[in-house]
Amino acid sequence: MLYYALKRLLGALPTLFLLLTLAFFMMRLAPGGPFDSEKSLPPEIQANLDRKYHLDEPLPAQYLRYLGDLLRGDLGPSFQYQDYTVNELIAAGFPVSARLGLLAMALAVVLGVALGTLAALHQNRPADHAVMTLAMTGISIPNFVLAPLLILLFAVHLGWLPAGGWNGSRWQNLVLPVIALALPLVAYIARLTRGSMIEVLRAPFIRTARAKGLPEHTLILRHALKPALLPVVSFLGPATAAILTGSVVVEQIFGIPGLGRHFVQGALNRDYTLVMGVVIFYGALIILFNFIVDLLYAVLDPRVRYR
Amino acid sequence: MTGGAPGRSLWQDARRRLLRNRAAVTAMVILAIIILLVTAAPWLSPWQFDQIDWDRLSIPPDPASRHWFGTDAVGRDLFVRTLLGGRVSLLVGVVATLVSLAIGVTWGAVAGYLGGRVDAVMMRVVDILYAMPFMFFVILLMVFFGRDILLLFVAIGAINWLDMARIVRGQTLALKQREFVEAAVASGLTTPAIIGRHIVPNLLGVVAVYVTLTIPQVILVESFLSFLGLGVQEPFTSWGALVNDGAQEIESAPWSLLFPASFLAVTLFCFNFIGDGLRDALDPRDR
Repeated sequence: MLYYALKRLLGALPTLFLLLTLAFFMMRLAPGGPFDSEKSLPPEIQANLDRKYHLDEPLPAQYLRYLGDLLRGDLGPSFQYQDYTVNELIAAGFPVSARLGLLAMALAVVLGVALGTLAALHQNRPADHAVMTLAMTGISIPNFVLAPLLILLFAVHLGWLPAGGWNGSRWQNLVLPVIALALPLVAYIARLTRGSMIEVLRAPFIRTARAKGLPEHTLILRHALKPALLPVVSFLGPATAAILTGSVVVEQIFGIPGLGRHFVQGALNRDYTLVMGVVIFYGALIILFNFIVDLLYAVLDPRVRYR
Repeated sequence: MTGGAPGRSLWQDARRRLLRNRAAVTAMVILAIIILLVTAAPWLSPWQFDQIDWDRLSIPPDPASRHWFGTDAVGRDLFVRTLLGGRVSLLVGVVATLVSLAIGVTWGAVAGYLGGRVDAVMMRVVDILYAMPFMFFVILLMVFFGRDILLLFVAIGAINWLDMARIVRGQTLALKQREFVEAAVASGLTTPAIIGRHIVPNLLGVVAVYVTLTIPQVILVESFLSFLGLGVQEPFTSWGALVNDGAQEIESAPWSLLFPASFLAVTLFCFNFIGDGLRDALDPRDR
């Protein structure tokens, strides 16, 4: 198990390396630069700026310099927010994004598993059809459509919740963004749970448990749920990626000062270091989550043996 | 098995099962109507998609002036724009799916059929790419290389082939063991010919299901990018771009969000239902 974990962690290194190399060169080879917006700088000032940020060096040298800084955990200064380093910006934005993402993930898993189990227990009956139609709706309405609709209904029309902002993470400001992030995932998880639960309920060990006369809720909670959750667990990796990507849009719509917003704005402003920082940080996070999911899978499924 | 009762092929069987699935049939009818509307758009309204009606800026649906869905903030007809946006979204969906289909099927079939070290290396590449947050790359691509629609197709297609490659490889591994492949090898067919003529045609069932499920995903990616302002460029539009415009004026002009958003959602809904129906029809184990 330990050996397997180490092997997996080492296996993630090439992915991370490829990620940052691709991102670096893609960004630098693109037309435009971080100081384009300040129109027609005098050439001397432009040269000074370039020298200050080492933009005058050849690209491979810059790349090596970046790698070196990265190894020391330094993501460099931001071009757009002149007084901040990328480390500071990430440290400020990430807690916000993380709170949003974790809440959305928790909501998605709890609600999704509950709905999926409900549907499986009532297979092909009205409750099942209702849940599955709901799930299909959730999958078909992307979060950037859902978010404005939620604002329209709950903020503009009913006036129950604020339309945006963060306000030091008051719960009222969290409700709509969390729902917008979670709902598509609820739908996926409900479908996954239903499918695997139906399969598990047909398995011989469930028939045995029934024959023993176990009450239905013990049967479901103690015996059926754990194996039925395996596909859900393996979905958590992609789900993390979906939440991180979704946060780009949701944070923008609700005006939340998280990391996702930095990404698009940074890319538009050619804030090289900021964009690289977010890509590497998110990439590492996704890889880490996939790794945890793999280990979790091994713990939950006694059939999996890792060498 | 010679003579006797006429057998039913897999496809006949599948078609029968699909047509009995009411949700899937309804979805197909609705989708056909949407495609028809989107194709016939220019003949359905007197307005042009980039024509500005200076007298009616941001009005709600108004049949009198034949603005069936109203106008946007600069006075352009939303009915025509929604339908033309649909053209772009559907086109991106289909073309990008074809790109991912071509890459995914080739990659998966070759890896699965050749097996051994080639397979190991090819699937390792898929694994590495799998862990990449590709959405971020597509965003970077679109930001830096101008919002080129062709690039959009390729970029989206190129991130969606991984699942396809995995599924196709799995199927190929199973197919490889079958007698007809052995017969083809014995009769001296070259490897590319075997893959092209014997493996790939037998993958069509799985691939068909997967294609119907990929199209809505791709439409979603495109609308996501257009929503961020990185997709198609003005005056052209797509559903994602329209939803973005609508979201800006949600308080003053909710109709400019509701119409394109419903078209987008209904289309995705239909594709998902058809995909589910096809999967049930082609894979009768799960009944």
